Amino acid sequence: MNKTLETVQAGLARRRRRESRFRWYGRIAIFVSLAFLAMLIVSIVARGHKAFWQTEIAIDVFLDPEELTPPTREHLAKADLTGLIKQSLRQMFPEVRQRRRKRALYRLVSSAAPYQLRDYVLAHPDRIGQTVRLWVLAGADVDLYQKGYVDPETPESERRIKDYQIAWLRKLESEGRLVLRFNRGFFLNGDSREPEQAGIQVAFRGSLYMMVVTFALSFPLGIAAAIYLEEFAPRNNVWVDLIEININNLAAVPSIVFGLLGLAVFIGWFGLPRSTPLVGGLTLTLMTLPTVIIASRAALKAVPPSIRYAALGIGASRVQTVFHHVLPLAMPGMLTGAIIGMARALGETAPLLMIGMVAFIVDPPQSLLDPATALPVQIYLWADSPERGFVERTSAAIIVLLLFLGIMNLAAVLLRKRLERRW
Amino acid sequence: MNTVITERHTTPDLETDDHRTVGDYTLAEPRFTCRHVNVFYGDKQALFDINLDIGQREVIALIGPSGCGKSTFLRCLNRMNDIIEGCRVEGDIRLDDQDIYAKEMDPVLLRARVGMVFQKPNPFPKSIYDNVAYGPRIHGLAANRTELDEIVETSLKRAGLWKEVKDRLDHPATGLSGGQQQRLCIARTIAVNPEVVLMDEPCSALDPIATATIEQLIDELRSRYTIVIVTHSMQQAARVSQRTAYFHMGRLIEVGETTEIFTNPRHPLTEDYITGRFG
Ligand SMILES: Nc1ncnc2c1ncn2[C@@H]1O[C@H](COP(=O)(O)OP(=O)(O)O)[C@@H](O)[C@H]1O
Ligand SMILES: [Mg+2]
Repeated sequence: MNKTLETVQAGLARRRRRESRFRWYGRIAIFVSLAFLAMLIVSIVARGHKAFWQTEIAIDVFLDPEELTPPTREHLAKADLTGLIKQSLRQMFPEVRQRRRKRALYRLVSSAAPYQLRDYVLAHPDRIGQTVRLWVLAGADVDLYQKGYVDPETPESERRIKDYQIAWLRKLESEGRLVLRFNRGFFLNGDSREPEQAGIQVAFRGSLYMMVVTFALSFPLGIAAAIYLEEFAPRNNVWVDLIEININNLAAVPSIVFGLLGLAVFIGWFGLPRSTPLVGGLTLTLMTLPTVIIASRAALKAVPPSIRYAALGIGASRVQTVFHHVLPLAMPGMLTGAIIGMARALGETAPLLMIGMVAFIVDPPQSLLDPATALPVQIYLWADSPERGFVERTSAAIIVLLLFLGIMNLAAVLLRKRLERRW
Repeated sequence: MNTVITERHTTPDLETDDHRTVGDYTLAEPRFTCRHVNVFYGDKQALFDINLDIGQREVIALIGPSGCGKSTFLRCLNRMNDIIEGCRVEGDIRLDDQDIYAKEMDPVLLRARVGMVFQKPNPFPKSIYDNVAYGPRIHGLAANRTELDEIVETSLKRAGLWKEVKDRLDHPATGLSGGQQQRLCIARTIAVNPEVVLMDEPCSALDPIATATIEQLIDELRSRYTIVIVTHSMQQAARVSQRTAYFHMGRLIEVGETTEIFTNPRHPLTEDYITGRFG
């Protein structure tokens, strides 16, 4: 007896050491993964946060009645709005004579300025004939300079913004005509060749619509399939086994294959329009469905069989058993599975390239059948653009995508909590 | 008695013996008649040629070592074997002279007539009220809320649970103690007003006090329902049942009045089991 005690005690210290060592392994593992996550987020936010701000310049424009009447959209489309902008810039800096300098002067404002002028005139036709102060977007180079991306130490010849332009900016700044404003355009505009005008509206809506389609299709279909396979299909049946194996295989198929399938089936056979959220959503549904089915089956399996016996034992039919008792208990797990599948679909680029969702689209889609892109595709497109201004926008779009994901996951967690809290 | 046992000890070989149930398994006015019941799980036979009548308003106890087929036999009576993959039932089982395995017999209806209480209390994760009301609801037994309330109240009263839960009917059933949960399951079963209540070791997960409460309850329920109870406790069988059936390796060895079986077992296997030689 005493012998046992001694032996055990001798080994005790070693056991304890082993235990604490193992605990440290766990802590280190968690720390490393958290550090990577923090690095990712910090680097993206550091690079992207400035894209949520945008340099704007106030110019005094004379709303020339000769040019601007009648103030209709059709007429203004033909009017020389650029000329009016240029004229006001010349008036602000009368000392600029040289042609090259003038061109540099015009480049202070974005090529979007005429459209901003048009929108202003359309909104305030009564101001025609007056000189008004109009806030317009600064050009991409000015924006970059104002955000501190240009190192003033670099020789002037290697800078896209010259010393004389910087002098103009100083002057504008001292007059209060140069400010950083919240970048509404980033959220409201579609894609653009000019970084300062490019926004994520098209991509965001595209992603949102696709998620709606994907959820609306994959959730009910996935649950129905899972319920059938788990609760009704015969066990040890060749066909059922075959279906099961295939579902598991489908979950592992590379997503680009689903893109090809979507292209062939939805666009080729059904003749649905390319580049639309409907086709994108359908394609992502194909991809998500196996995940949802597998997760839902696991959730159904986790419901204790005793609940089924209880219901069947008092004479509930199998359908009643499933819908009254099993499904409510499995629902949180099913939702989690669906959200995981959707999160994967949200970040998916490859299948969308296949069905033409890489197009350059300026106008936000109004329905499921209007062409659109998706957030990850937009990120891919911008990351590929040579303009310096797209760098921060790429990161900003990633931030939006991550927020989108975060909101989706949060919704899932809250929904789960609510469903689970019932008991 | 000990001398008797040491004297003989030739355990009959069940595989080769032309086995016959000892005791009279027939009754004059049976509720259930089971004849030549064989049950298979896949290729494996679990019950061999069971013949047994179950009477009106009696408590019959099924005893025997574990794995002998008591639960299997019990599940034959409300066709719960139907949901077990690969389980096949042969033979003739009649409830009030109706073949319960006939095509016309709907298992849903059968299970409303033959309720079941399981080994582990398995209340639904819903409120106490909803647990009891579930059966009447799906079978449409109550025309309105008042009637449903009445059914719930009488069922809980009959299950001896009313006093303990009447102020918290909307509380989750999973918050009750094990014994209370089992009585709730009994209330849930009798709420659909069955003719027969099957109980599969209803007390094996409960402490002695809760067990005593349930045993007393079974005695009270006898006046309304036929009760078939599987138990591994011989004391329990002796306390609550009028008849006892002893199973061994898928065969019904002996059946008879409980007092007879326990004081004067006729088959050597029964005697071994009852005297605690095995099982
Ligand atoms: N679902 C099942 N599938 C296969 N074999 C089973 C199943 N249920 C019970 N059996 C077998 O049938 C025999 C009887 O089991 P059971 O009726 O549960 O015994 P008891 O309730 O008397 O302990 C055992 O040999 C057991 O292994
Ligand atoms: Mg059993």
